[in-house]
Amino acid sequence: MPTDADLASVPPEGTDPEVRPSPDAANAGAGTRPTGLGAPRAGGGQHLPPPGGDDVLLNGWGRTAPTRARRHVPLSADEVGAIVDAADRRGVIARGLGRSYGDAAQNAGGLVIDTDALSGVLDSDLDPTRGRGSISVAAGTSLDELMHWLVPRGWFVPVTPGTRFVTVGGAIAADIHGKNHHAEGSFCEHVTSMTLRTGDGETRILTPSGSPEEFWATAGGLGLTGVVLDATFDLIPLETAFLTVDAERAADLDDLMARMVDGDERYRYSVAWIDCLATGRSLGRGVLTRGDHAKLSDLPFQRRPQARSFKPASLFSVPGTAPPGLVNPLTVRAFNEVWFRKAPRRRRGHIESIPWFFHPLDGILDWNRLYGPRGFLQYQFVVPTAAGETVRHVIEKLSRAGTASFLGVIKRFRPGNPGPLSFPTEGWTLALDIPIGRPGLGPLLDDLDDLVVEAGGRIYLAKDSRLRPELMAAMYPRLDDWREVRSKLDPAGVFRSDLSRRLGL
Amino acid sequence: MNDALGSVQSALVIGGSSDIGVATARALAGRGCRRIVLAGRDPDAMRARLPSIHDAGAAETDVVPFDALDTDSHESFVEDVFGRHHDFDVVLVAFGVLGDQAKAESDGAAAVHVAMVNYVGAMSVMVAAAKALRRQGHGVLVVLSSVAGERARRSNFVYGSSKAGIDAFAQGLADSMVGTGARVMVVRPGFVKSKMTEGEEPAPLATTPEAVAEAIVGGLGSGATTVWVPSKMRWVMSALRHLPRPVFRRLPI
Repeated sequence: MPTDADLASVPPEGTDPEVRPSPDAANAGAGTRPTGLGAPRAGGGQHLPPPGGDDVLLNGWGRTAPTRARRHVPLSADEVGAIVDAADRRGVIARGLGRSYGDAAQNAGGLVIDTDALSGVLDSDLDPTRGRGSISVAAGTSLDELMHWLVPRGWFVPVTPGTRFVTVGGAIAADIHGKNHHAEGSFCEHVTSMTLRTGDGETRILTPSGSPEEFWATAGGLGLTGVVLDATFDLIPLETAFLTVDAERAADLDDLMARMVDGDERYRYSVAWIDCLATGRSLGRGVLTRGDHAKLSDLPFQRRPQARSFKPASLFSVPGTAPPGLVNPLTVRAFNEVWFRKAPRRRRGHIESIPWFFHPLDGILDWNRLYGPRGFLQYQFVVPTAAGETVRHVIEKLSRAGTASFLGVIKRFRPGNPGPLSFPTEGWTLALDIPIGRPGLGPLLDDLDDLVVEAGGRIYLAKDSRLRPELMAAMYPRLDDWREVRSKLDPAGVFRSDLSRRLGL
Repeated sequence: MNDALGSVQSALVIGGSSDIGVATARALAGRGCRRIVLAGRDPDAMRARLPSIHDAGAAETDVVPFDALDTDSHESFVEDVFGRHHDFDVVLVAFGVLGDQAKAESDGAAAVHVAMVNYVGAMSVMVAAAKALRRQGHGVLVVLSSVAGERARRSNFVYGSSKAGIDAFAQGLADSMVGTGARVMVVRPGFVKSKMTEGEEPAPLATTPEAVAEAIVGGLGSGATTVWVPSKMRWVMSALRHLPRPVFRRLPI
């Protein structure tokens, strides 16, 4: 709980000791040692590896398919450039906090640029009177760090995914989305400028108007157009570190979808949790939660003095010795039942903290270990609004196969942006965590892919770890446009990842 | 690249005209493996097997010459084939000879031939392949051992000893590769009804090349280090291993 000490640590707006504009803001690049270092990271206290790099096994958040790469931790843009130029035919890829579920940020036998040390605020323009703010940060800055700086000052990132532990560079490479996609789009739609070190030796400043092709090829481009060094993006003003949340239960999928279509426009944030093991009449039953940032006047009187205190807590960490099989149909069914029953049938104006509303799983460090040594994958797709039935078919198939999935999440997207590889398109998106190990999982997911393609949908590449490459062109019809821009930015093809090899990108 | 479920996209089968090699190539092709290269002594025999691998789903196939006895050529063979085809997610060492046990017991050259192919040749090409896999930072080196290598039997100890040698080598190599991204998987089939065992009396729990192929695919998916075919062979051999010698010697196996 926030205390008075938290309040004392919040500086008044405008006299900010930590967020300082860099001396030459116009040329702000990651080359200057950032000023805002210091916020702790989850699992912090890592030692920096030697400058020559070190050989490490890397895998994604799903802990599948580890491969060995040489990892470098550059301290400056110049060092990034030197590493990119040193890449051989095994290539190089940037890696932030490794939250991609699959193999997007690993590069077998090649180089990996760990952006851990390229972190901090380079410039900021926070004007509460105009209600608009913008910030420039080095690409390795995490949303967690940003929130620690911004929330007490009354600002928030334009888009946050279900975890704070992603970097800004990763947010661009995956063009992440959050609970506000139906209203405000994906992360890159709020980026006004970024600096990209490309494979041809150049360092380019990309903007949506000045260099739309390169900018949008990088948005969702999986790090394959270059290394993002820094980015400038718009912020949302907020009065408190809390949200007012309306929650309601939906008895089945039709009910859930109808409620979302009906009311989403009234909320900035909207998402529904769905019980993928429920069958028959309650197939697709779920809990819809929607809300917006709370105003000061929404808070109970006693909370107002600490209204913008941001102190996310970690409850515990899952040990590395978690046994296999914890996540199975029995445990998931029990969990889903409890989750559904404990949710209110309808509740209005509940006050929830930012971490609780946006990042509930961040409270459990290393929660991916729950899935045991064989790991898990996340299956996320989007289909057009008219193809809502495809969502039902997918849930039916999974339910019939008894495939355990915690926390299926369903959400509506607004139309996408010009990024050829950017995932969001208008329609329904469903995301499911699925443990590895059940026989027949591969063919089952292949079948689901076919349903998704048939409906004109696609898979989220930043989360993928098993898609068949031949479906790429059907899912991303502008793949060739993207390839063209990429070959211009990276004629020798030095940017590579396990994902790019696997999908033939 | 192999995916999160252990499916592979490319495979090099050394011993590319062996029944187990071809059956495995076909099984992999049926599960999304699109590039398969067969390597062996007899290019024509391998080419004759390509259509079935194509039909199973492999889009890209090739045949390259390889001679297990020409150990001097193994390193350049591996370098060439990796250079030409880039990565391999799986390298399967599937060649071997059964030899004529009776002849090998009196003819030193016949015994040496078995050891040269099954042990020396396999070891030599595995050293080169392991180097290539380590360099690419991923991939699985699969080697066909045999339950015959688990305990020497009166009826086929020449073959059995060669498999015992390569099995021991593969286990050590597997440990040496931990942390490199690449790994080694040892496959220990029982009696397999194939070209190699034509005319032999099938032993109990006899299996087929197709069953061995399925077990290999399963092991790639599960990340197994040792695969027994059929899987109950593991428990059978575990029991046989502890039988007193005089009893074991008298068993009709």
